[in-house]
Amino acid sequence: MTSPHREILRKADEMLERARDAGRLDRRTFLRVSTLGISATVLAACNSAGPASANKLLAFATTQNEKFERWILGASTASRTNGVPPAGARFPAYWVSDTMPVWNEAMRGAWSLEVTGAVKSPRTFTYDALRTMKLETQRVPHYCVEGWTATADFTGVPMRAILAAVQPNADARFVDFASFDDGYHESWDIESTMHPQTMIVLAKDGKRLSPQWGAPARVHGPIKLGYKNTKYLTKIVVLPAQNGGYWSDRGYEWYGGT
Amino acid sequence: MNKKRGARHHPIVRITHWISALALFVMAGSGLRIFNASPAFAPKGQTFRWWPWEGTAVPENLTFGGWLGGARHWHFAMMWLLVANAVVYLGYLWFNGEWRALTPLRGDFRDAIEMAKFYLGLRKRHPHQGKHNALQKYAYSTMIVLGVVSVISGIAIWKPVSLGWLASAMGGYHLARWWHFSAMLGLGALVVVHVVMVFAVDPYAIRAMTTGGYDEDRFSPEARNARPFVNLAPAKTEVEHDVAAS
Repeated sequence: MTSPHREILRKADEMLERARDAGRLDRRTFLRVSTLGISATVLAACNSAGPASANKLLAFATTQNEKFERWILGASTASRTNGVPPAGARFPAYWVSDTMPVWNEAMRGAWSLEVTGAVKSPRTFTYDALRTMKLETQRVPHYCVEGWTATADFTGVPMRAILAAVQPNADARFVDFASFDDGYHESWDIESTMHPQTMIVLAKDGKRLSPQWGAPARVHGPIKLGYKNTKYLTKIVVLPAQNGGYWSDRGYEWYGGT
Repeated sequence: MNKKRGARHHPIVRITHWISALALFVMAGSGLRIFNASPAFAPKGQTFRWWPWEGTAVPENLTFGGWLGGARHWHFAMMWLLVANAVVYLGYLWFNGEWRALTPLRGDFRDAIEMAKFYLGLRKRHPHQGKHNALQKYAYSTMIVLGVVSVISGIAIWKPVSLGWLASAMGGYHLARWWHFSAMLGLGALVVVHVVMVFAVDPYAIRAMTTGGYDEDRFSPEARNARPFVNLAPAKTEVEHDVAAS
């Protein structure tokens, strides 16, 4: 079956053919052909992903946008909520496993957070070790790539403090946040990781993190879109090279800044 | 008379016109796709006075990009073309003084009412006009303003933290989304009216906006005394009403 826009293009072609035979392209034919051409383009665009030949151009734009985003990150002041109260229980819960990931101590032993990679002193933090570090609480919005936001009071350890404890090497440029949620991970640029509002969250709205929101610990920073903020965190790897991510590898932009 | 037979629009205007048509088309389509991922303006746990549409998605056939990620790539690539094109166009308007032909000034409000009366058949003769009639001036200048609002609100949504001051200036992220959407709706409505009026009143404008050719004495709606779907044929004699008036 021919799609409607191909049918219209065929008609436009016929008209041009006739105009050629007549030896001239009069105004009426020009108007008709251009109208048909435009309608065909509009119809072809319906719900389409656009021409594949544009992919290189789109990738180029994404690279340039990332440069711009990295540049304006420096100008970022602390994210504020503008008076939006916490979403509480209406804060969306999300994971990629078939069922809600829950850390099973009987099977996997006590949960801990391994921080390793291009660092001078790799370290594994137990839950209590994190809990007894200097905790901070911030009320910040969570920006989802879909467009919605939800606010929460997040309590946790700033990533700055974690990185200071492991001392990244001079070539450390990226940080990968990995989880026990079916291989979910997302890597960040180190500048965003060092942003004062990026933290390893242990509690939400004053209560210990529950499994639907990423227990026992998750990364959260308002300067990154939701999907960059790995939940069910188990491992942080400091890297000299970018390591993609679950959604970044599936076509969403890797930088995902706000 | 020769001057009147020259190009009606400067090449910069003609080129930027069609680039904005393409860019706005892609921006609106991909924007609607992005909107559909979360077709509501309220933050989670809040309500927004957008009754009864809060949570209502737009038909997929009006969207472009195929999926959320694809639409975002298109949106964030095309925005540079849109802005660069707008800078060239607005720069031309400014430095060439052409903005005067588009900006409603004193007297244009009354002229716009006369134009409306003419279109409604309450007045026999087409009001005298410059390059554009008063209704066009209002429409075109409003489109420029809405374009500026959509770009500013768009940047605010794109970087609500890095450029948090911009989002705050628009009343916060979710209101910025609403501004962005409303500006798009307004622009879309004006584009529809514009295209309909081009075909119904001044189809010669299509040639004037592509190759530039236009004979004001024969083609201009004023010369033809044209209202929607009436007097579409070129005017027969030159300056007929001027002779009649003398």
